[in-house]
Amino acid sequence: MNNVIDKPIIVAENLTKQYNGKTVVSNLNLTVKEGEIFGLLGPNGSGKSTIILMILGLTEPTSGSITVAGFNSTREPIKVKRITGYLPERLGFYEDMTARQNLKYTADLNSIPLKDSEIKVQEVLEIVGLEKNKNNLVKTFSKGMKQRLGIADVLIKDPGLVILDEPTEGLDIKIANQILENIRILNNQKKITFLICSHQLNLVQRICTRIGIMSKGKMIGEGLIDNLGRGLFSAGKYRIEIEVSDATPEILEKIRNMDEVLDVEQIDNLIQITSDADIRSVISKLIIDNNLLLTRMNIKDSSLEEIYLKYFKEE
Amino acid sequence: MRGALTVFRKEMGDYFSSKIFLILLALIYIAGLGFAYLSIQAIKSAPMSTDQSLLIKVFIDEMFFLKLFTVGEIRAIMTFNFVRFFGAFIPLIGILFGFNAINSERNSGNISRLLSQPIYRDSLINGKFLAGITTLTIMISSIVFIVMGIGLRAIGVPPTAEEILRIFMFIFICIIYGMFWMSLSMLFSVIMRNVAAALLTVIPIWLFLTFFWPFIAPQIANQIIPVQEGATLATQMDNLSLSVNLLRISPFILFFEATAAIIDPTLGHLSMTVSDSDLSKLIANPLSLSQSFLQVWPQLIVLIMLTIICFAISYIVFMKQEIRST
Repeated sequence: MNNVIDKPIIVAENLTKQYNGKTVVSNLNLTVKEGEIFGLLGPNGSGKSTIILMILGLTEPTSGSITVAGFNSTREPIKVKRITGYLPERLGFYEDMTARQNLKYTADLNSIPLKDSEIKVQEVLEIVGLEKNKNNLVKTFSKGMKQRLGIADVLIKDPGLVILDEPTEGLDIKIANQILENIRILNNQKKITFLICSHQLNLVQRICTRIGIMSKGKMIGEGLIDNLGRGLFSAGKYRIEIEVSDATPEILEKIRNMDEVLDVEQIDNLIQITSDADIRSVISKLIIDNNLLLTRMNIKDSSLEEIYLKYFKEE
Repeated sequence: MRGALTVFRKEMGDYFSSKIFLILLALIYIAGLGFAYLSIQAIKSAPMSTDQSLLIKVFIDEMFFLKLFTVGEIRAIMTFNFVRFFGAFIPLIGILFGFNAINSERNSGNISRLLSQPIYRDSLINGKFLAGITTLTIMISSIVFIVMGIGLRAIGVPPTAEEILRIFMFIFICIIYGMFWMSLSMLFSVIMRNVAAALLTVIPIWLFLTFFWPFIAPQIANQIIPVQEGATLATQMDNLSLSVNLLRISPFILFFEATAAIIDPTLGHLSMTVSDSDLSKLIANPLSLSQSFLQVWPQLIVLIMLTIICFAISYIVFMKQEIRST
């Protein structure tokens, strides 16, 4: 988070894309700053891949504009693609070529001089830990290895921005986490900006500095994950849950009378408080002052699950 | 252009290491050498032969060296020679080089990766087409040159400058013909996502135009201009010219006419309207080089146009296609 520079690298304004009259992306505004790991999260079919294709200039927006590092994606796609690495969702390599040959081809397509490309290929293979397999045919690779090769492939061109489409899809959790960890390190050391698209909210949001939630072609929320959930579901409120030894009416009344508290609900000894601010310390003091025992207290950070349930489960 | 060259280099590497290329190359070499052997045998035995047609063909003709490519075994009514073998085999090479050009990239998931590199989208299709043509050129010219070399050694008569020019022209027509089939099958590789479906569409088109259309066209002509018994010569001529023009819908006929006029200047240009057995009764009177070129000019232009049209359609469709990995 410390390497985020306040300089936008992707700027999308009023971006709309329609396919045969059907709106896939509608009026989207998106800004990704240099050095960020931005998670564009949303269920399948929410328009994430279409946004990526428009960023890379592989498909034209119906209206609105998109720029990458100042270059217009629609009009100057080559300049955009020179600095942008892209790992597609269904990643494929030439199966009958070795890992090294595949990467060499990418280096050639990026006009990297022959003498540098060999060193470059070796370097990126080391980053993803595939240097031992460089002379094996890609068809012998497992899915996780292919994904790592994909990341190596993206790094060949020394990108300033890397776009990953479902990088953890179909991988087991251990390998998925390894890849995410790789991404975090690259972001930290090489100052590469990442835009990660995924429907695996829980998995991916951990490494993101900022996320945007997509649903049905619209960006319904953008920001840090904690604030995001509060913004989306309780209009900026905190929800605190406490369990006391004996929930007396007096204590309930006292809590209700606090300035920040908006609502109090009681189920047996469990009290749910909705408030404007994080008032856990004040409440705990209040309960102890009233000679009650505080058995449990937590601030409900259920926003993540709620986002998931509301937007990712419904198909 | 740089991007296209990179794709070109990679595709060339793929061709030369692919099994299909090696098999095709082996077949074309074996068949080419076989036909060369047949021609040499026929030419050598001609003086003693009782076959009138061969005597006339070989000795009244100045274009002796070209016989290497046109003399062959006469079986039934068809002459099997080098040129006819090429007419049947080159489309196959073209089709096999093109049918999976784009859709295989799409199916393997390589296409989004390739197109996210800083190259123009057309580099991919241009590079692939260029590599196909180059490989085709290498295959065709190498076997023609080999046959020329062996022929020179075996019959001992060097080719004249005109004959060499004609052979180069022949190679050129063969390449154009191969290019047409390659651009057609590439078109299907752009339109059809399924590799097998693309192949199974082009092969029947090729079979139909090459083997069935020559039988169907005259029947259509007969329906439109019936030739009854006692029909006037004018009606017969109309029928024949309609039939020939209908035949020319098939690129195979265009190729056949063009190569015949170039490589068999004595009789080739007549081969469409006169049967093989009648040809042997004619007195040879070879056309000059410029006249031969005039003969093949329209056919060649049509073949080139067809190639350009197919390539242009694939190009436009490909440029507008959505590049989605799913």
